[in-house]
Amino acid sequence: MEELKEELKGKIIEVLNLEDIEVSDINDDDSLFGDGLGLDSIDALELIVLLDKGYGIKLSDPKQGKAIFESINTMADFISKNRTK
Amino acid sequence: MKEKCFIRGIGVVSAQGIWRSDFFDEAVEITVSKAYAEQPSYKELIAPNMIRRMSKGIKMGIYAAQQALDEAGVSELDAVITGTGLGCLEDSEKFLKNVLDNDEEFLTPTSFIQSTHNTVGAQIALRLGCKAYNFTYVNGAVSFESALLDSLEQLQGGDAHSILVGGIDEISGHTFTLKQLIGEVKADDVQETIRTSNSAGVNYGEGATFFTLSHVSSVDSYAEVVDVCVQNRLDKEELADFVDRFLDVNKLDRSVISALVLGNSGDITYDHYFEELGKLFEDRVQLYYKHLYGHSDIASAFGMATAAYVLKEQSIPENIVWKAGKQIPLTYVLLYNQYKGRDHSLVLLKRS
Repeated sequence: MEELKEELKGKIIEVLNLEDIEVSDINDDDSLFGDGLGLDSIDALELIVLLDKGYGIKLSDPKQGKAIFESINTMADFISKNRTK
Repeated sequence: MKEKCFIRGIGVVSAQGIWRSDFFDEAVEITVSKAYAEQPSYKELIAPNMIRRMSKGIKMGIYAAQQALDEAGVSELDAVITGTGLGCLEDSEKFLKNVLDNDEEFLTPTSFIQSTHNTVGAQIALRLGCKAYNFTYVNGAVSFESALLDSLEQLQGGDAHSILVGGIDEISGHTFTLKQLIGEVKADDVQETIRTSNSAGVNYGEGATFFTLSHVSSVDSYAEVVDVCVQNRLDKEELADFVDRFLDVNKLDRSVISALVLGNSGDITYDHYFEELGKLFEDRVQLYYKHLYGHSDIASAFGMATAAYVLKEQSIPENIVWKAGKQIPLTYVLLYNQYKGRDHSLVLLKRS
């Protein structure tokens, strides 16, 4: 799980082009949206594509996103339970 | 009565860096086939959450636009008008590569949103909170002149008082490999200047040039934009008539022109057009600028910055002289550009 979390942080930084942010700057329980990393709705779409492309998970219900993308912890948990690749 | 149109501020991001007082003193002639712009720091201008999504074309446009506004001291705009030949190429390529690599799946929104040609004008306006007229012209090598013509008509007609107008084009990987393959851009191993060029194709230069135009002059104004005209096709033999008609419309003749600013690009197949136009003003000083900026569809915007600088300073930096001429006070400067024998344009500037 720890490995997956580190991998996720790296992918998020790369996909969202988070300049000046290192993997070590993101805590597992930091909010990804709002006060935490400050991501927005376009980033949410990028994260949905990341789940599909990287882990073979298609989000059928966009409302799920809010809970899944709350933090690295919640994302990693969801991926580990649902990944197809 | 027609209102006038004055250049009040200039902003440039180019291979020579940003617009500054010693720009021409420090400028170095381009000898590479692809001249990348020297990127300034954008952090002071653009919020971090915005900057991470922007390609260099957008960032260069925003920087040059802000420089032009700052110099003019203008904050209220009636229009933002942009010219671009190739638009936001980096993001276009990124998006299309995703489409191909991922078999039309997994398409992310950011590069798509920012791949359209009008992204730069939109982002400039968004950042300024400007909800006024916003238009982008994509007309090959007269993209900037088209934007300028729109600006001029709005200012002269009294529909606008302050307009931000400019052009941007950026270099991207794949498109420019193709441009080199078809000979539009010189090969990587060809190191020619415009003067020493012995081949077809150009040394391409990316960058952004913006102007703040106003219907009123100030002590710091660079010059007045008197008129602009474009013509898609023109034989070399028709150049004299093209110029004379343009001057005649403005109730002027060739004798009033103090200097020419020519768009020589080092493409030996078509640079004879500039030579031909130069013959009409044999004794006048002829200037060039693409050896410092590189060629692009909107390089002529930098040409106008060069002409405006010369008119304001009333002196000509040695490194932009293509052909020396008689020393006369600089009153009217005529700019001529064309690309591949098409997209001919004339712009007339007057000392303000």
